[in-house]
Amino acid sequence: MEKKKSAGRELVKGILKENPLFVLVLGTCPALAVTTSAANGVGMGIAATVVLILSNLVISLLRKVVPDRVRIPVYITVIASLVTILQFLLEAYLPELNKSLGIFIPLITVNCIILGRAEAYARNNGPWLSILDGLGMGIGFTIALLFMGGIREILGFGTFFGMPVPWITEGGLQPMMIFGLPAGGFAIFGLMVAITNSLTRRFYKRQPLETMDRAHYPGSVSPSTDAIYEATEVHDGPRPSRTPDPSAVPEALTKPGALVAETSDKKDESEEAK
Amino acid sequence: MKSFLIIMLSMVLIDNLVLSRFLGICSFLGLTKNLKNAMGMSIAVIFVMLVATAVTYPIYWSILEPVNLGYLQTVVFILVIAAVVQVLEAIIRKTFPPLYEAMGIYLPLITTNCAILGVMLINIQESYGFGDAMISSLGAGVGYTLAMFLFTGVREKMEKADIPPFLEGLPSTLMAASIVSVSFMGFKGVIENLFG
Repeated sequence: MEKKKSAGRELVKGILKENPLFVLVLGTCPALAVTTSAANGVGMGIAATVVLILSNLVISLLRKVVPDRVRIPVYITVIASLVTILQFLLEAYLPELNKSLGIFIPLITVNCIILGRAEAYARNNGPWLSILDGLGMGIGFTIALLFMGGIREILGFGTFFGMPVPWITEGGLQPMMIFGLPAGGFAIFGLMVAITNSLTRRFYKRQPLETMDRAHYPGSVSPSTDAIYEATEVHDGPRPSRTPDPSAVPEALTKPGALVAETSDKKDESEEAK
Repeated sequence: MKSFLIIMLSMVLIDNLVLSRFLGICSFLGLTKNLKNAMGMSIAVIFVMLVATAVTYPIYWSILEPVNLGYLQTVVFILVIAAVVQVLEAIIRKTFPPLYEAMGIYLPLITTNCAILGVMLINIQESYGFGDAMISSLGAGVGYTLAMFLFTGVREKMEKADIPPFLEGLPSTLMAASIVSVSFMGFKGVIENLFG
């Protein structure tokens, strides 16, 4: 009973609590590039899920064989081989999807989600749990891409999975091309991250500080993604704080009435001059 | 000469690596908090991009393609890039310590930067000649640098802005990236008008 419960949790956590795209912010490149339509988004999501499950399984089986020092090259080779197999399958059975995803199929190799899960999960857990983790993360990624692709396709082209959406095409609303272009991708992604943040804050009572260090990094992505860069960051002195230095602010702006007094003084002077 | 110029301009401005091809977004979001990091990463990317192209291009066209192993490109390229990065790190540390200080710490991050593998694959896909492939890699690197520098400036301004709590953190950064990307849309059609 106990084990079953934890297995369920492994599966579910990837969907909202640790959604790879919107919460962990991994795999952003394909997420932005291929989500011009819902179908492309789902195709990419499923392709990445298949690779993720298989790579988690293989790496979890190899976890006691591979020495720690060479593990990253081994993981990359395993993932790249799986991606090559997947590319063959797509070329044979879904040539259209393969064409529209283009170089982003081979680029699944360097998708941080897959290497990230290998390093963070499959390395320390058995094959069964690793498969569930891969499946959960993959579903979360696919759902995220479906949302991004769906929103961008509806707003940008007025269709959903290639079918016209009546309230856009017949309601007199023009599709806005910008959402199909890179600029719209960034904007929709930003909005989705903001919405997911407030959802997780409500459901999991998570403080914003846990997901991002907002006091120090106004532009922080999240601790999991920052960690890599944190180690390399060149620190010169303390970080600038967001509250302005009190001595730098003119007194007129902090004391109530000071500004009024100053201007009225000037008025008096000019009247005297007359 | 003209074709070099066209490839260079289109890689830098029109098909900008970060803002319109969406490659290297992780480092774009992670390392644009200050100019020093952005500069170090950009130099490292240009450098590795050029060396990796010089190595992978001959491997593909003189070894893989003649024996019909073109489909192994992903596996071979990623291993070559990883090896190139390791070797470069060792060479630069020994021979040019100042350069190592400037970009050394960013080198390991590059192996998983999809910009490098992406550009290698694009160069093969477009079946460029060797010269064109090198120019395209240089252009991609310069475009990456341009995007990094522009965005660092934008983010330094944003640190002082008062952003609503709903959008604080990553969302506001992405919104800013969206606006920077709009500005690059203005370059669409430049090539047709310049070179007819």
